[in-house]
Amino acid sequence: MNIDMAIFHQAFFEEASDLIADFERELLELEDTLDKDQDLVDAELLNTIFRCAHSLKGGAATFGFADIAGFTHGLETLLDRVRNHQIPISRELTQVLFESLDQLKALLAAARGEIATVPDSTALAARIEAAANNTATQAAEPVAAVEPEEDWFGIWDAPTAYRLYFKPGRDVLKQGGDPAVLMARLVEAVEIRSIVCDISELPGLDAIVPDECYVAWTAEFVTDWDRDRILDIFEFMADDSEIAIETLSPPASTPAANVAEPKGPATPPAVVAKAEPASVPQQKPARAEPVKARPAATAPGAESHTLRVSTEKVDKLINLVGELVINQAMLNDAAQKFTMDKLPRLLEAVAQMEHASRELQERVMAVRMLPIKHAFGRFPRLVRDTAAAVHKQIELKMSGEDTELDKTVIEAIADPLTHLVRNSIDHGLESPEDRIAAGKPVTGVVTLDALQEGGSIVVNVSDDGRGLNKDKIFKKAVERGLIDADETLTDEQIYELIFQPGFSTADQVTDLSGRGVGMDIVKRTINGLGGTVNVTSFEGIGTMFRIRLPLTMAILEGLSVSVGGEVYVLPLTTIVENIRPKQSDVYIIAGGSEVVEVRGEVLPLVRLYSVFDAIPRETRPEQALLVIVESESRKVAIMVDELITQSQIVIKSIESNYRKVDGIAGATIMGDGRVALILDVPSLIRGSKIRVSETVAA
Amino acid sequence: MAKTALIVDDSTSMRQMVGMTLRTAGFNVVEGGNGQEALDKLAAQMGSKVDLIITDLNMPVMDGLTFIKSVRGQAPSRFTPILMLTTESTDSRKAEGKAAGATGWIVKPFNPEQLLKVIEKVLPA
Repeated sequence: MNIDMAIFHQAFFEEASDLIADFERELLELEDTLDKDQDLVDAELLNTIFRCAHSLKGGAATFGFADIAGFTHGLETLLDRVRNHQIPISRELTQVLFESLDQLKALLAAARGEIATVPDSTALAARIEAAANNTATQAAEPVAAVEPEEDWFGIWDAPTAYRLYFKPGRDVLKQGGDPAVLMARLVEAVEIRSIVCDISELPGLDAIVPDECYVAWTAEFVTDWDRDRILDIFEFMADDSEIAIETLSPPASTPAANVAEPKGPATPPAVVAKAEPASVPQQKPARAEPVKARPAATAPGAESHTLRVSTEKVDKLINLVGELVINQAMLNDAAQKFTMDKLPRLLEAVAQMEHASRELQERVMAVRMLPIKHAFGRFPRLVRDTAAAVHKQIELKMSGEDTELDKTVIEAIADPLTHLVRNSIDHGLESPEDRIAAGKPVTGVVTLDALQEGGSIVVNVSDDGRGLNKDKIFKKAVERGLIDADETLTDEQIYELIFQPGFSTADQVTDLSGRGVGMDIVKRTINGLGGTVNVTSFEGIGTMFRIRLPLTMAILEGLSVSVGGEVYVLPLTTIVENIRPKQSDVYIIAGGSEVVEVRGEVLPLVRLYSVFDAIPRETRPEQALLVIVESESRKVAIMVDELITQSQIVIKSIESNYRKVDGIAGATIMGDGRVALILDVPSLIRGSKIRVSETVAA
Repeated sequence: MAKTALIVDDSTSMRQMVGMTLRTAGFNVVEGGNGQEALDKLAAQMGSKVDLIITDLNMPVMDGLTFIKSVRGQAPSRFTPILMLTTESTDSRKAEGKAAGATGWIVKPFNPEQLLKVIEKVLPA
């Protein structure tokens, strides 16, 4: 047998990451409970934590990661004593466990080949050992540094296979015996593999004597009974019965009669059968070998391309494909033998096909969807560590963790979210003293909340801290030359300034946030995903960042509009409203820009036909339609000939097929086969070249 | 006819490893992620018995010992060889396994060759 253990490494890595995540989650909960009342600590919680370490160790040892296995061994011993209440649970203990988790993560990263050097575990392993020996009772013996070499397998009573031939005497029934009852008892006591009834001596019907027995049985069966016990069943059979029993497989371990192979000399009493001594030395090279093979086996970079999908999702897909096949057959049938009277059937088949393919589309999309808890998972730990570093008491509340999002979006959103959470802890929440002074509870609350809203996912990151200081932001923005000192800005516009490159209101750069990555990067990342982020804040009450993300990056809910016979698509998420303006509301302001006034709000007017050099059906805004779109808190009015329909469209990249085109985000194929361009709203707004603030001021 | 083996382990990578070893050796393989899942799989076999059961001990939902006991209480698998996989080869652990009805034990870690060697010994010819 030649199985390369390296092929299981990917599965082990994924599993190990899951185990470490579970470990961390349970540990956080343990610490949480510990803060309230030590007596409340749940035994099952300690068991789960132990099991994580236990499974990690088993897997690591099996797949040849000796450093991980060695490190986890000590950890497992410690956790075993913790769950057996031999070691008191304390903050010191959880701290060691948290550090062990970090060490495990590093060891795992090294095993994956993500980091070059294998981190040294010696110091931490010594602390774990010290903690493990800090037993409350004297009962526990110190952790043995080296696991004693032991027998690696054992077999107790391997069931034996027998063949039994039973031919009752011809007169057995007359003598009061019943062979059928005996056979029934045998069947009950053993596991029958085959049973053959020999009826060759059965005479013709006319010659049968009812109380004579003509049959015999040959039975093959498995049992842990020994031969004598089986024969006991047939003990009271008359002497003219024939009974023979033979052993089919000499079991590895039958004590007396049937020993086929010589036994090892020193069989310990607990183990009836024992490995032959020769196999024990073989085991050592087998343990050492995979460790040597490891550096060659790790293939970094492969993991991010795999996707774990629940079998349930796959099964549904397979079901649907089956339905599609049936549908197609129905369609074929209806089309080939088509006559006008069959039209309703054809239409019905088409409708079913449409239903099935739409569902298939949704399900295929769902394959890429993961619950957002994959991105949320890191935060309990992050908050714990960060809170300690800035000496604040913080409670993290999370909700909607099961909200599903495209895998790519989840991976990309993790860093911006981290930044926002850190920012809330560092800048948003006040120090305990300030909170008391402000009459607030000492413990600050950071909330992560995910929910689905139509075709998008909204993630709110909020805190109940001091809120944004508008004056400070304004001053800073003037200092940085982002705005003029005499500009009039709405609150919204002021808050929006914190997303400008190079903007930071922190008086001094702390260790936590404000390190390189700024809010502008957060915004850019989210915009890059087709999402938006904005902030609302109330001084003294708190701040909330609201991130809106598309459910998936491949499908878009869009409104198709026409201009000069061409069809364009506007992402529905950007649209505020559609209006037909009065002639008097449209005018040209100083500087030559055309604007439209909508309920007192002055918006730049973009004539789509002039952007794309098309010949419109209508050039007078009051005869055309205006679609008000918003992006990055700026609104513009886009003038189109007419609105066509709202539909889900599949985005095709123009960039990868042609080149980047300003004002165009992509293309799609409409139901009638025509190509429609998807408008890039942010770039259209930038292209309008008018700052909203200027128009308001005018 | 190919023999069927049931593998019970909460670790996917272990199930993969043991599963591939057994498939290479010509077994049909059925898997369960814990004792309860394995019992369900056995029930779903609808009477056709498995020839070999390999189970981990430390599992969520239903642990290996409870699983072995339940299996032994079911008529079709009273004598099915059951190998338990364990990381602790203490005598007490072994005694528990034996009392529950296990046929034998293998200490983790082991490699495919070792696993097959033990299987050979517990499977009646």
